Amino acid sequence: MKKIWAWGALIFGLLYFTLPLIGMTNFSLKMRRGEYSFDAYGKVFSDPRFQETFTYSIMQALFTIAFGVLLVVPTAYWVRLKLPRLRPYIEFITLLPLVIPAIVIVFGYIRLYNTSSWLPLTGSIAGTNVLLMFGYAILALPYMYRAVDTGLRTIDIATLTEAAQSLGAGWATILGRIILPNVLVAVLSGAFLTFAIVIGEFTMAALLNRPAFGPYMQLLGANRAYEPAALAVIAFGITWGCLGLIQLVSRFQKSAPPKA
Amino acid sequence: MSSAHTGARPPARRLPLHWLGVLPFAAFVFLFLILPTMKIVVGAFQTPDGSFTFDNIIGLFTPSILSAYWISIKISIASALLGCLIGFAIASAVVFGSLPKWIRGPLLTFSGVASNFAGVPLAFAFLATLGPVGILTVFLRSNFGLDLRLLGFNLLSFWGLTVTYLFFQIPLMILIITPALDGLKREWREAAEILGATGLQYWRMVAFPILLPSLLGTLALLFANAFGAVATAIALTGSSLSIVPILLFAQIRGDVLGNPHLGYALAFGMIVVTGIANAIYIWLRARSERWLK
Repeated sequence: MKKIWAWGALIFGLLYFTLPLIGMTNFSLKMRRGEYSFDAYGKVFSDPRFQETFTYSIMQALFTIAFGVLLVVPTAYWVRLKLPRLRPYIEFITLLPLVIPAIVIVFGYIRLYNTSSWLPLTGSIAGTNVLLMFGYAILALPYMYRAVDTGLRTIDIATLTEAAQSLGAGWATILGRIILPNVLVAVLSGAFLTFAIVIGEFTMAALLNRPAFGPYMQLLGANRAYEPAALAVIAFGITWGCLGLIQLVSRFQKSAPPKA
Repeated sequence: MSSAHTGARPPARRLPLHWLGVLPFAAFVFLFLILPTMKIVVGAFQTPDGSFTFDNIIGLFTPSILSAYWISIKISIASALLGCLIGFAIASAVVFGSLPKWIRGPLLTFSGVASNFAGVPLAFAFLATLGPVGILTVFLRSNFGLDLRLLGFNLLSFWGLTVTYLFFQIPLMILIITPALDGLKREWREAAEILGATGLQYWRMVAFPILLPSLLGTLALLFANAFGAVATAIALTGSSLSIVPILLFAQIRGDVLGNPHLGYALAFGMIVVTGIANAIYIWLRARSERWLK
């Protein structure tokens, strides 16, 4: 009886989750009448707008990751080392982006950093790009901070810091050559998740009018039939790839424990 | 501990300077998270020339805006409830060993992927499945003579959106609840059985009360998750379904309400709703962690 229930739940889940994936894959292959073909993919890949927006979003993702690592690793390290009492507060702040919808945050940006404000970021293209990158860093903050903080918990940062200092290392050396390599797996997990979030993000990019991949997908979806399904398959592949890489790096860590 | 580290440094580097270490982080979060949110909150209570008013909040209480909030809240509650139920069924089936052990790993990996597969592509996937010429729609019509449209199902509706949102809600539930189910100790069940409890009694009187806070908490988190979802809704419905995120999106783009400060109030309302949901979540999670471990 219990077994039937369990299998029932699993089969229902399997159906629900595979049908849309089959649906989009099937649809993406049906552009040519009467036979399966990769025409839709060909159309997408040869579209200059696709190449443009995809490159733009990849660049945004890379900058967001670099900025996020530079911001989060020193902060999480410093808080654990010197200001442990602040940890609950910092953790609470890093969870706020899950509470405040992205659309509200970007609305605030538009009103706060417009051309007539003290920091007119939306006045220039470069400024808007930076603003969008900051927005992505905020969206990724809950995942990045949690990943890095969990990574820091597994190493003895106080001892490592003292050892490095007694050998004459400065803060930059400690962070760059001692702490970062030790939490690299955690940082990479956060980075891949950030990548998955940024690459398809729609709301912020659309409202800041930047040519990112998310708004491009939405625009294509409103105007075409088969290409959107191909884009969905590509996007799913990217998400799967990012999450798969997280699994891979964390397995790598398990098989090679840090030589303490 | 702090003196041990500052010992090798000049004495000027004493306690107060420790705070400088979190300054970049604090400044960034303040400028790009706190301040923009404050701007919205304050703006909701201001007239265009900057004086204090309740008019914007009162302006929310018009039938069209209220119904947008109401349908948003309904979709969020429905997808959160169903997500919790189905996610719980799947997770408990895997954790309590009715299913082969090897399913667990792939299931959690897939949940990680699916909970992140939201936004525009998710809408495309469902359009290709349940849309007018979707694979399932066509299959049901040609093989069973069932027309989903005639049965009253429309992807661009309350149920359509709910079914779509479930694609990221169920996996999120599985990801959150599996550790909680792992936390149920085998001894509790054995103790209950020795005292003569049936399986149902064990669930009703032991496991369920312990899990209740995390169940309710996850419910609140799923609610907020659905309530703030913009991209999926817009890619799925264009602007044909009037829910709060779509309305706010249109308002930011082109002031469709004809009053910029009503937009602030609309956004403020979203913060209030997700804020309440998450306050419940945080409170209940703190309670549930007292029991587990």
